[in-house]
Amino acid sequence: MASKIIRFTLNGRETEVMVKPLMTLQSLLREQLGYTATKAGCKQGGCGSCTVLLNGMPVMSCLMPVEDVAGQDVTTLEGIKSTDGLHPIQSAFYENFAVQCGYCSSGMIMVTKALLDLNASPSRQEIIEALTGNYCRCTGYEPIIRAVEDAAQRMNGREKDVRRETL
Amino acid sequence: MTDQTLNVVGQSLLRRDGLGHVTGKTVYIDDITFPDMLHLKMVRSPVPHARLRGIDFSAAEKVPGFVRAFTHQDVPKNIYTILCLIGVGPDEEPVLAEDKVMYVDQPIAAIVAETEAAASEAVSRVKLDLEELPAVLDVEEALKPDAPILKDWGTNYFIYDYEYDQKNAYRKVRFGDVDKGFAEADLIVKGRYQTSPTEHAPVETTGCVAKPEPDGRVTVYTNTQALFFTLDNTALILQVPFQKLHFVGGTVGGGFGGKVDVIVEPIATLAATKTGRPVKYKFSRAEEMRASSTRGAWRMYFEDGVMKDGHIIARKVTSYADSGAYNRHTPYAVTKHAANVAGPYRIPNVWIDAYCVYTNRQPGSAMRGFGVTPASFAIEVQMNKIAEAVGMDPWAIRLINAYRNGDMKPHRKVVEDATLIEVMQAAAEMVAHPLPEEFKKMSSSDREEAKNG
Repeated sequence: MASKIIRFTLNGRETEVMVKPLMTLQSLLREQLGYTATKAGCKQGGCGSCTVLLNGMPVMSCLMPVEDVAGQDVTTLEGIKSTDGLHPIQSAFYENFAVQCGYCSSGMIMVTKALLDLNASPSRQEIIEALTGNYCRCTGYEPIIRAVEDAAQRMNGREKDVRRETL
Repeated sequence: MTDQTLNVVGQSLLRRDGLGHVTGKTVYIDDITFPDMLHLKMVRSPVPHARLRGIDFSAAEKVPGFVRAFTHQDVPKNIYTILCLIGVGPDEEPVLAEDKVMYVDQPIAAIVAETEAAASEAVSRVKLDLEELPAVLDVEEALKPDAPILKDWGTNYFIYDYEYDQKNAYRKVRFGDVDKGFAEADLIVKGRYQTSPTEHAPVETTGCVAKPEPDGRVTVYTNTQALFFTLDNTALILQVPFQKLHFVGGTVGGGFGGKVDVIVEPIATLAATKTGRPVKYKFSRAEEMRASSTRGAWRMYFEDGVMKDGHIIARKVTSYADSGAYNRHTPYAVTKHAANVAGPYRIPNVWIDAYCVYTNRQPGSAMRGFGVTPASFAIEVQMNKIAEAVGMDPWAIRLINAYRNGDMKPHRKVVEDATLIEVMQAAAEMVAHPLPEEFKKMSSSDREEAKNG
């Protein structure tokens, strides 16, 4: 089957790519465009490490054909860092020790971004539900949940050191 | 003079690699790519035990993008054992299967191709001529006289200290007189404990990229947890001087012991050398779950002689580690197990036999306290059983048997820095479990203090 030209927005930039039918967004990002912050833990929708945002909503890029993102808005971890430093979610993950090996971090951060954009003050239960599609094998989920809570506070302008409270 | 830079004790420091992780800038193996890089995929055994009579690559070779196939004949020293570096032997695991396969998904032949898809397609077209043999999948079945024999040396168990005693089928510990202990005991408490194999399941699968350099060396980017150990084994397998290999690692997307086996590097390095091109060999999720080693399963039989007052006076344990088809790290795990399976308790009479048994399962290997974690599971369930049998509080049964500094462990190491009593006292307080005054007064050094006046 012939390749197709697809246009979409990637991290705010107009992007035009030539892809084979059924090529996944994960393969396009990692192998064709070099956006390797998006990880490939299972390539079957099981681990969440390849989560990106499609029009602000989390999707597993390993299950998403590139043709289906035509004309739409894709955000990866490379796209959320502000020019003057880390995004508050990144700072919260870093400072709350919510990263260990780092392989799930990209997906976790992207899900958190979608959650907090929709719900500025999620409950603990809502955070847990939002993260259910994301598999972590070493950090343990508690520091990640704490980081999301902390990120919500930072983004609401009520920055406070959750770490100090819990230690 | 005080060194002003030594100020980290007591501080909470941020991770050095944390910024890379939260920004996605950390480079993992799968992020490494070179323009002319080949992809390696493995032809694997579909059955647990078979004679391998032939491999037909003719259909695979016709796949567009196919570059080359490798069999055991291409591997300079095909038979190895990982722990040869610390004197474990004999060599017994093939890098690529020779005339037999011993477990499902055992590597048989490697194929390199221009793309990952082409390599996978070529692998699927390889035809194997296999004559299936009876498989043994249970540790005790494997030790029966009529079991199929899996090892050239004629047994289904590892032989310890071969140079001293060629019949040493197990690690043994003998301390006191266990039969005398049983005779004196008020009651006998028995237990059979079985653990399951556990997959490490790191989110990043095992992998490496081997790249031949113009100066004749090979750079190997790998996510191994044991960089120099892997370099040394790779050099031995490929029969090249150590300095011909340059291993680059340190970034591991989860390991837990699953990335200390030397599995992907030797064959990727060989393929890179033979093709003159970079080669990536990275496990699929299915390979990580099925082909990579596990925390091996254990079966443990306990028999304890106990007094009515809760003191354990004799313990007899027979343990069987399921090593799977090959050694990997299990002979070492069994040694650790034998040293620990009496538990953190003072028992005057102990008898332990611990076997490293081969079956037609995927090899068991390292994983977080391997050998000891299954022991702890069995010991502590057994302690609760004893508490129930003598009608005592499970906290009390542990405290009265707890070892103290100065006690002799069954494998002849003196206990130092014991903290069991103190940890239990603190735990009891945290969960508001009332402890009688005599237990609150206990300490890990009380016996030593009494002895020294």
